[in-house]
Amino acid sequence: MYKYIIRRILIFIPMLLALTIIVFALAQAAPGDPFTGQILDPNIDPEVYELRREELGLNDPVPVQYFNWLTSILSGDLGQSIYYNGRSVLDLISQRFPNTMYLGVFALAITLMISIPIGIYSARKPYSALDYGATGFGFLGLAIPNFFFGLIAIYIFSINFGWFPSQGTITSNNLTGITALIDRLHHLVLPGITLGLAGTATYMRYMRSEVLDVLGSDYIRTAKAKGMTSNSVLYKHTLRNALIPIVTLMGFEFGALVSGAVITEQVFNFPGLGTLFLQSVMNQDYPVIMSMCLLFGVFILVGNLLADIFYCIVDPRIRYD
Amino acid sequence: MQQLNAQETPSVEPIRPPEGQEPNKIKASKSPFQLAFARFRKNKLAIVGIIILVSIILISVFADLLATHDPTKSNLLLIENGPSSEHILGTDGSGRDNFSRLLYGSRISLIVGFSAMVFTLMIGTTLGSIAGYYGGKIDNLIMRLTDLMQALPFFVLALTIISIVPEITITLFVTIIALTSWPNLTRIIRGTFLSLREQEFMLGAKAIGASDFRIIFKHFIPNAIGPITVNATLMMAQMIIFESGLSFVGMGIPQPTPTWGNMLSQAQNIRILRNHPEAWIPAGLGIFLTVLAINFIGDGLRDAFDPKSNRR
Repeated sequence: MYKYIIRRILIFIPMLLALTIIVFALAQAAPGDPFTGQILDPNIDPEVYELRREELGLNDPVPVQYFNWLTSILSGDLGQSIYYNGRSVLDLISQRFPNTMYLGVFALAITLMISIPIGIYSARKPYSALDYGATGFGFLGLAIPNFFFGLIAIYIFSINFGWFPSQGTITSNNLTGITALIDRLHHLVLPGITLGLAGTATYMRYMRSEVLDVLGSDYIRTAKAKGMTSNSVLYKHTLRNALIPIVTLMGFEFGALVSGAVITEQVFNFPGLGTLFLQSVMNQDYPVIMSMCLLFGVFILVGNLLADIFYCIVDPRIRYD
Repeated sequence: MQQLNAQETPSVEPIRPPEGQEPNKIKASKSPFQLAFARFRKNKLAIVGIIILVSIILISVFADLLATHDPTKSNLLLIENGPSSEHILGTDGSGRDNFSRLLYGSRISLIVGFSAMVFTLMIGTTLGSIAGYYGGKIDNLIMRLTDLMQALPFFVLALTIISIVPEITITLFVTIIALTSWPNLTRIIRGTFLSLREQEFMLGAKAIGASDFRIIFKHFIPNAIGPITVNATLMMAQMIIFESGLSFVGMGIPQPTPTWGNMLSQAQNIRILRNHPEAWIPAGLGIFLTVLAINFIGDGLRDAFDPKSNRR
């Protein structure tokens, strides 16, 4: 097992390097100076322009440029934003990051709290009314584009009923303590549900089929035969086994969560990484775009790595050689 | 000791009745395809899906006849008007007729969804079958490439590419979608082929000296047609959502081309969102119904091709 984990980490490193190469290639294809964002105006004196290019190393051979870029990234320098007049990209990203993290965690919490219990129930009582309801919900949840769902949610719950705010993350900066927390959560409800919708439908389906699978296996029959109550069969045997694929799924659904966050944040005007990314795309702010591509890529690679390692720790039945 | 392999061609030709005679006496056993078709026909949801999808296709084909106005023509005197007898669903922010745009919008969604699906299918089937058939180093290389592509969420990657290219046309748009979304399909097809590779009829085909090309096209693909069709169908639904999402954030097919995503993007304006639900809700329902119908069909196909599954 340890051999597998070490090998998995060893594969992770070249993957990370390859990711930087892809991002670098994309940045090279972009017009202007996508790495540092320092040459702003193409209308300046050509001689000065050329001098600046030389100074910034833009006339170096491509491998040298790549190497320089990589070293500056490793030292934490992600360049400067063009749109925000030279603000450091790292600054911009770290300012927005907490908001997106809260949104993601909130959405994931909703997803798991709804999908796991309902998935278990559907599997224990297949063809019951709730099971059919859950199936129907699964179809709807996967067919509604999340931005349309978000708009409908704003239209109904924010505009017509006035229950939830439709924009931003906080009402004002003056709130403190518990009221501030409640205010934050209040702002998270609609975007969180919107972002979690597709995930809820997916996890529910998975959970149902996993539990059904485990319930049909021999060790469950044995556990029942030796007189265990159905609740302890559920918690001691069924769930432990059925949850393994769900955890792995979480590692791989990470990318879907990021994509979903980009568009959900746009609908709710939520000041997170998603809106920052979209804004940068619209303004062709390449230093920000490329840094964020890299950031999302690293997140997802780490997510996959953790999912693989976790899978191999919790499921001793699988032998890797 | 020796076992005959019954999976490939039966040793006896099925007896066919002479022409012009009722073929009711001798019943040829049903082919797997006929069986799948029979199972598919019994699936009510799948039939509902077919009916919805066919209606939407008909609307998109006959949009010229059904539309009451030119969907791209703006009328600056009629901006953001509510429903009237002239404009059933009102007009949009540039005074274009929402109803006509809704009808024409189905065209773009279906065309983009279908052609992106075909394009992705071509890339995915080629790479997946090469990886699954040859295995070893090529397989490893292709799989690492898919890992890498999956490290960048395709929405993010597509937006990045869109920010680089100077102008977006439908062809370019489809290409970008296809180039960013092939990895999933490649994985599925490779997985199917890896399991097929171990079957005896593959060994048989190799033993009689069939070329790689022939084996892939005559043996692999027909045997993997079930999972390929199912995933292609579900993929088309995803592509439609994807296209509308990009258009919604203003990075998809540019205005004034009518697309459902473009119509929904109006609702980012709080005034339209609040006062003119008739301008954006129908477009969202259009996407929803199309995707739902395609998913129903995809699920029906999955059950039809997989005799083991007995539900949904």
